[in-house]
Amino acid sequence: MVSGGVTKFAKAHPEMDFRLMCKNAFDRARAEVPNLRLDGIDGTRISYFSDHFTRQLKAASMVQDYLGLNPRGSVRIEWGGATGGECFQAAYEAVASGRMDTCLAIGFETMSRVATWKGNEFIALASDTNFDFPLGGFYTGYYALMVMRHLFEYVRRAKFSHISDEREAQRKAIEYGTRVMAKVSVKNHRNALYNPYAQYPKNIDVAGVLGSDMVSYPLTREQICTMSDGAAAAILCTEERAKELTDHPILIKGVGCGTDTMRLADRPFGKVLLMPHEKPSDYAHLEYPGVHSFRAGRSAGLEAYRHAGIENPGKDLDFIELHDAYSSSEIQTYEDLGLCKYGEGYDFVERGDAFLPNIDYGFPVPRAGTIPVNPSGGLIACGHPVGATGLMQAVFAFWQLQGTIGKHFGSDRLQIPKAKRGAIHSHAGTGSSVTVTIMEGK
Amino acid sequence: MCAKELKKTSRFTEVQAELERTGAALFVDKEGSENLYIRSPYTIQYIHSYAEDSPFFLGLAEGRIRGTRCTACQYTFATPRGHCQFCGEPTQWVDLPTKGKVHAWTTCHYGSEAFLKETPYNLVLVEFEGAKSLLLSRLKDCGEEDIYVGMPIEARFAQEPSYSITDLWFVPAPGSLKK
Ligand SMILES: [Zn+2]
Repeated sequence: MVSGGVTKFAKAHPEMDFRLMCKNAFDRARAEVPNLRLDGIDGTRISYFSDHFTRQLKAASMVQDYLGLNPRGSVRIEWGGATGGECFQAAYEAVASGRMDTCLAIGFETMSRVATWKGNEFIALASDTNFDFPLGGFYTGYYALMVMRHLFEYVRRAKFSHISDEREAQRKAIEYGTRVMAKVSVKNHRNALYNPYAQYPKNIDVAGVLGSDMVSYPLTREQICTMSDGAAAAILCTEERAKELTDHPILIKGVGCGTDTMRLADRPFGKVLLMPHEKPSDYAHLEYPGVHSFRAGRSAGLEAYRHAGIENPGKDLDFIELHDAYSSSEIQTYEDLGLCKYGEGYDFVERGDAFLPNIDYGFPVPRAGTIPVNPSGGLIACGHPVGATGLMQAVFAFWQLQGTIGKHFGSDRLQIPKAKRGAIHSHAGTGSSVTVTIMEGK
Repeated sequence: MCAKELKKTSRFTEVQAELERTGAALFVDKEGSENLYIRSPYTIQYIHSYAEDSPFFLGLAEGRIRGTRCTACQYTFATPRGHCQFCGEPTQWVDLPTKGKVHAWTTCHYGSEAFLKETPYNLVLVEFEGAKSLLLSRLKDCGEEDIYVGMPIEARFAQEPSYSITDLWFVPAPGSLKK
């Protein structure tokens, strides 16, 4: 990767349609590599999630056209919430296969074109429309179901086994777990205070998160990402070409992708897919993935780690930008990606490994800086214009690895010192598809 | 009509209200540029077939919950599917019990636009004796404080079928509400 660009994510961009938003992101990326002429781009991979939001089929053709890249090759990428991550990997494949020397990955979403609850309806159409959607199709509800089972498997059993009344024990587990989840939300909102691209930075505390509107029990509004308009672009090329364009290219070291059933109800109850540093006895009695964990996330992680030669992600990675559409799914994803074992996600938050050492969160974070997660603020605070989100993560990770956060954010508060290797993680509908990409600097 | 007659506003919510009222409005952004918004409705009637899943929805109208079982590996799916997700072999229809347990639950206080008027509602993933996979449904006649993982529940069926998954819902089994 030689360059990236992002528009500020916002509730709405009345002054730009999707073509101009993409043009803005593209021009920002081009400004960083002045030696790259327009005719030096061999082709594109263009992503947006929902034809319902655009109500313009083949919108990607209109982007290609507006950027002045006809008649070169292009494909539109769509894969639910993981659309941006898939787009990035598609561009990687175009270059790695030898088909192109230079490929542009660019994505957008324009979610402001309908009212918020209509937007939720559009998103819920990415669940089974015969068996799931008519019951009250609502993604926050689906993720709430998943975290309720996660809390039952891990918190109720591990921390409240001394309480014999089942209903009471589960309530205690939910109370404990949601306080921990709220800390994740505080982390991401407060990190974003230093990210000028973020849509929703906020100096919020645990009480503020828990006290915000209940959306789907136990998820409150401040634990959920918002609807956004925005675009992001990444320029990928061969190593040879990269040297001509920049002194600070970043290597795409590994890619992985995993899938799972669309319907939560169909998820199997089998055995855990083990990380190299785990053993079967760690999970002797765990039925996996059930609805508590994202098997696709683990599968994507395993493929990307194998590709990149990573044995122990918690040690071998310096940071992760992951798909925190919900504070709960960030915790579940720590486990999927092997930062801690399944069941240890809540303790992992309490230890503070995923927090930044130089930000005040209002509670102790003893091991802050061990492996910062979502230093940018993640989806919860940056916004989630679906087709751009995975590419936004790539751009933020690119800047981290270049050491140019200070230049791009106007403050180096979020720069992770000596960051050498990072991962980005893009995730679709209840974990039905996930991508993980490993990026490496010099 | 000329553009001067359009309402100008720099508030997005006012744009939405004005579109409802007149169908057009001008949004004035920070730079002073005027961006023209219009109302753009879109409705559609699909001609939708349940195809190989039809027996499930016909079953609900008869007060039956029908799952499927793989003819090769015998895995039983509470949410039916024509072919097995593990071995790809065809499945056959089996009747499931009308009693089950809560595997996971939530109460939705907001929802998609289509369901906002029904809030709050409870969603449950239901476990059945004899089936390995689950079924998503609503749990009615109880509040958030009543529900827990493992709670025994019973099926109810619509008197007048609409041939939708909403023809089926669950209620707490007798004696399982919070005392
Ligand atoms: Zn089978």
